[in-house]
Amino acid sequence: MIRFKVNGKERTFDGDPDMPLLWYLRDVAELTGTKFGCGMGLCGACTVHQNGAAIRSCSTAMKEVSGANIITIEGIEPMHPVQKAWMEIRVPQCGYCQTGQIMQAVALLKNNKNPSDQDIDVAMSGNICRCGTYQRIRQAIHQAAKYQAAKGTA
Amino acid sequence: MKRNENVSRPVSRRGFLHGALVSGVFVLSARFIPEPLWAAEDEPSAAPFEPNLWLSIAPDGTVTIVAHRSEMGCGSRTALPLIVADELDADWSRVKIEQAVGDPKYGEQDTDGSHSVRSNFDLMRQVGATARVMLISAAAAEWNVAPKECTTEPHFVLHRASARRLGYGEVAAAAAKLAVPKKEDVPLKPRSEWRYIGKETNSLFDLSDIVTGKAVFGMDATMPGMVYASIEHPPVLGQKITTYDDKAALKVPGVQRTLTIEAFKPPHQFQPLGGVAVIADNTWAAFKGRKSLKIEWDTSPHAVYNSASFRKTLEATSRQPGKVVRNVGDVDAVFRKSGEPGVKIIEAEYYAPHLAHASMEPPVAVAEYREGKVVAWAPTQNPQAVQETIAVVLGIKKEDVTCHVTLLGGGFGRKSKPDQVAEAAVLSKKLGKPVKVVWSREDDIHFDFFHSVAAMYLKAAVAPDGKPTAWLQRTVYPPINSTFDVTATYADDEMGLGWNNLPFDIPNHRAENGPADYHVRIGWLRSVANIYHAFAIHSFADELAQSANKDSVEYLLDLIGPPRIVALDLKGDEAEDAKNYPLDTARLRRVVEIAAEKSGWGKRPMGKGRGMGIAAHRAFLTYVATVVEVEVDSQGQVHIPGVWTAVDAGTVVSPDNIRNQFEGAAVFGSSLALFGEITASNGVIDQSNFHNYQLTRMNRAPRHIEAHIVQSEAPPAGVGEPGVPPFAPALTNAVFAATRKRVRELPLSKTKLV
Repeated sequence: MIRFKVNGKERTFDGDPDMPLLWYLRDVAELTGTKFGCGMGLCGACTVHQNGAAIRSCSTAMKEVSGANIITIEGIEPMHPVQKAWMEIRVPQCGYCQTGQIMQAVALLKNNKNPSDQDIDVAMSGNICRCGTYQRIRQAIHQAAKYQAAKGTA
Repeated sequence: MKRNENVSRPVSRRGFLHGALVSGVFVLSARFIPEPLWAAEDEPSAAPFEPNLWLSIAPDGTVTIVAHRSEMGCGSRTALPLIVADELDADWSRVKIEQAVGDPKYGEQDTDGSHSVRSNFDLMRQVGATARVMLISAAAAEWNVAPKECTTEPHFVLHRASARRLGYGEVAAAAAKLAVPKKEDVPLKPRSEWRYIGKETNSLFDLSDIVTGKAVFGMDATMPGMVYASIEHPPVLGQKITTYDDKAALKVPGVQRTLTIEAFKPPHQFQPLGGVAVIADNTWAAFKGRKSLKIEWDTSPHAVYNSASFRKTLEATSRQPGKVVRNVGDVDAVFRKSGEPGVKIIEAEYYAPHLAHASMEPPVAVAEYREGKVVAWAPTQNPQAVQETIAVVLGIKKEDVTCHVTLLGGGFGRKSKPDQVAEAAVLSKKLGKPVKVVWSREDDIHFDFFHSVAAMYLKAAVAPDGKPTAWLQRTVYPPINSTFDVTATYADDEMGLGWNNLPFDIPNHRAENGPADYHVRIGWLRSVANIYHAFAIHSFADELAQSANKDSVEYLLDLIGPPRIVALDLKGDEAEDAKNYPLDTARLRRVVEIAAEKSGWGKRPMGKGRGMGIAAHRAFLTYVATVVEVEVDSQGQVHIPGVWTAVDAGTVVSPDNIRNQFEGAAVFGSSLALFGEITASNGVIDQSNFHNYQLTRMNRAPRHIEAHIVQSEAPPAGVGEPGVPPFAPALTNAVFAATRKRVRELPLSKTKLV
């Protein structure tokens, strides 16, 4: 029996310990904001947080999340500064990859309050957007950093 | 906040029609589909409430507008209701969008060809304006005044003379009882009064749901009691199962059983490829079970397909005369003067490989077959194709197939083909319960309807002033029509995609098309044949400019020539388009000039390894010019510091969304130009996932992209696709400027730059 938390809620799992967290979240927990894109950790659509760090849930087996605290897009504070910036910059086109992009950006901004373009490249290049919204993603991350700073000083 | 109720989860979905029949609701049920659209369809039903429920207004004032086109990221689902809301004079914050199921009563519903706004702009205006007239009439009757004394402001009818006003919801019930006015009695707003059309403030209806993870894509659709399926398809097109062994697969926890799916009978169209489906409790178990299947396949004539040798065949064909698709003057007479003083002959060959769509959401669908009827939920660009395909495959009537449309996690043309929805329906019939079919990324890349591989041959005779006096162009590629007709080898229907409409001022010109066989499924991909056609034409134009030692922008403007309407010899739909959308070189020149100016063309010093290139192409009736700046580093790696695009798409609905489309098109263009290549070995696709079919990531993407929209009152044209074609030639022309190396083959990674 694997015990862990998803968005603050205690969960247990006694199925196939090789099952990737992604499919647990989507098919078992019915938290579908986390997306399937490649199954190999190549595209970032499935990004969630494990103990605060951005991970690829498609290549993280359930046996690896024992005792972990998992946060998905459904579990971040509502209208997080990153989501607010995403809306203001009007980043999405189809939107499918954007929850993964947002989770990646949230993790980046937690550790780096004011990332440079270079920092953003390093943090975000594992997340593919086929619609090609990278310029707006970069802009939105800078914007979110400002929102976050303003919030911090408020 | 607006809730995304229309792309709701299947389980909880409330029918729109059902809700609309509650008393007091205004339902605009008039038929507005133009006659020609009906002509191709079955005789429409005469029942008053059956056809075309475009909008309703509830007593609380909530306006519900039907979106009959799919949302795959281009903004159609927002743009069309926004047009209705503008003419209705509705308050957009009180508008809900109801996604239409597939039904010919909405007319054509294939969200492709960059024509959702173009083909529906007038219709949507008429829908909104008609309802507005009816609301005014109802309020005027209530006040006992003449309708012409009344006006509207968002969500209210006003009678200024008596300072009275009634909310739309308050008069909806009365308006619903009125006869629908004739078109000539329905005035449209003048442009100056548009509240939403063309405004910077427009944003996607689904924006908030997308960023919070609430948006429902096909991958997220569920049905009660459904099981999951993953399908092992034949590796080579047309192969069938000889034997298979599922013993190991059945031992995987969560796997319930396996089932076979019959292979299509040629032509393949959108039918299932056939194969073995693993049915399981969840997606992962189905994927895992599949890995343990042992399947023997028979042989297929397409097992001969090897990309390297096929390329030689295409190129050999491109050197032979082909079918003439446009002829002006006599190129041969000029070419015969080869060797004479003042006649310089320049020839070049270009090649572009297959591409895969690789939408971030792989093909997926859920369907239930019950008592001869199918209900499906799918991320489809074309819900009527879902109806038709399932009807053929299961031998039922298409009216007995209900296709609900979710949001699409990208489409790019792949999701016009509903083979995976048909798979779900077939499996559901065999199992007697709803089935969700999920394709892996490997399935998606192996079994795409590929963008075609193409070889092009170009030849010009150039006068001493550097301008061509003759231009011959020949293109050879397996046509999309091979998907519908196994004997198709010529791309007749595709010549309008950048081949029979060269906008250059050249007295002798001939465009040809040579035959090619297909060995994989061929399909539309964002901007289609324009991609390789623009690559060849605009690379060649730049080669001529360089040969004449001219500035590329000046030379391109010279080639386009003076402002005029280009005479084209077109048939069918293309001829119809040309009436309303003549090929106007003044508009093409203008985008070239704007792109050049915004990029600082010729005004910024380009250091070592840096350069700029330009290309200008009209596609989907939109004029686009793109300047790309590159920096080629000492390892030969290409960086893209800047892209400047100018767009004349006529009247635009949501400018910021259009900039987003063109920013995205530059990235999409960079993916195909830098990395995009699908190859086959013995009929099997060599690539499988993002490690060997690379897409542009943020660190390789253009660092700065500007899209400038030309203000225009011309009829609306396409915006989803036309940004893609000019990108690759602008990039490779920039590479030439930076390195003096001419790239005649895509992707760029094939050419050593240092």
